[in-house]
Amino acid sequence: MSSTTTTTTRTEDNADPPGFPGTRSARCPFDPPAEYAGWRDAEGLQRVLWHGNPVWLVSRFDDIRAALSDPRISADPRSPGFPVSPMNAAGANTSSAFPRMDDPEHARLRRMLTGDFTVRRVDQMRPHIQELVNGFLDQMIGKGQPADLVVEYALPIPSMVISLLLGVPYADHEFFQQHSAVLIGRNSSADEKSTASTELSRYLFDLVASKEREPADDIISRQVHERVATGEISRQTAVVNAMGLLIAGHETTANMIALGTLALLENPGQLARVRDTDNPALVANAVEELLRYLTIPQDVVARVATEDLAIGGQLIRAGEGLMMNLTAGNRDARFFDRPDTFDIDANTRGHLAFGYGTHQCLGQSLARAELQIALPALLRRLPGLRLAIPMEQVNFRHDMTVYGVHELPVAW
Amino acid sequence: MKVEVDVAKCVASGQCVLVAPDVFDQRDEDGMVVLLDETPAPGLRDAVRESAMVCPATAIHLVEP
Repeated sequence: MSSTTTTTTRTEDNADPPGFPGTRSARCPFDPPAEYAGWRDAEGLQRVLWHGNPVWLVSRFDDIRAALSDPRISADPRSPGFPVSPMNAAGANTSSAFPRMDDPEHARLRRMLTGDFTVRRVDQMRPHIQELVNGFLDQMIGKGQPADLVVEYALPIPSMVISLLLGVPYADHEFFQQHSAVLIGRNSSADEKSTASTELSRYLFDLVASKEREPADDIISRQVHERVATGEISRQTAVVNAMGLLIAGHETTANMIALGTLALLENPGQLARVRDTDNPALVANAVEELLRYLTIPQDVVARVATEDLAIGGQLIRAGEGLMMNLTAGNRDARFFDRPDTFDIDANTRGHLAFGYGTHQCLGQSLARAELQIALPALLRRLPGLRLAIPMEQVNFRHDMTVYGVHELPVAW
Repeated sequence: MKVEVDVAKCVASGQCVLVAPDVFDQRDEDGMVVLLDETPAPGLRDAVRESAMVCPATAIHLVEP
């Protein structure tokens, strides 16, 4: 590989750059694709193709933090040169949610929601989440084994939690979960997804109207009465925010529950400790280590340089796109001791699974609580929990933006 | 050690509260950082340094003698 410094631009090789994200090895489905280690260790940044478009890939822990805290690097798909994917191309002309905006407008909108996701607020929800989790366990056990843990447990938990937070009435939960499942489902066609998205938007629009008339203790009511009523945001923005929370909190948490369960099943000694401990700090640390070790957002964080700048010794021109390789950053030995070992006692503070910078995951405290409740509850209720198919037959989400498993057949 | 927080930069990730709950809290209305103890006792200082390191917004500054 040619050497690169801040003062020279790497000359394009004749060969096409490699594709990103790479594919994880079938033998080590929890490890990053093999090529990431070399990209992380090489000088400068790796040039890769993302959805066929060349971008700079940021793979080192420090470089990711530097890029995500640099105000010259934009999260707004409308910025010239922003990396294009089929998903953001489809939405390019529609109104953006705040995660795809830059400060100060991003911060203004985000701060209208952060009060609903504080550590204290989430702690108050824990008994309720525990009840929901117990209910889904009852249902799954009632249906009998083997069961698909994704459908029966991992997906319904975040879906139910977010609908409660938003204030979706109980009677509408089935409609809401059905359409959400289509929206994020692999087997849904583009048409089905678009229909589900339209249905959900329409539903949320009606929900906003009903909360205008009859407010309750939920996020949509607070948005409507504290923000729309004061003219700080439009009704449309309230709907976009609600939709964003629904989608962001759903797929990520569900995949962490399912893939986290599988990682524990493959490490029975550590599984037993998570199951048998009465120390919440051990469970909390095990969850952080699962977040770091698995780092499921494969290619979620896209950015573009708005000025010429340098990251990791690489000159990046204004209008050139960047992707954050969080999966590689969370295995960076410059920051983590023994990064490729799964160890629920390791110090994982500062991991990048929720991103970094002003856009770092808004719902991270909620995600932590859901995982800290869902994983031990499952293991304690079903101490004989096991994979119902050979490990080699597990269908991993190699091709998805959020890694995980498509199905997880389990018995107990 | 003296701790300073920059509320204008805070993004309400809540990580400082998880690491050093005796030193940091969050405002109920918007999750912004609240400094509970600007001169933490020696036993808390490692946790405070860790809070500053993990803060995604670099909103925690430490003045060490």
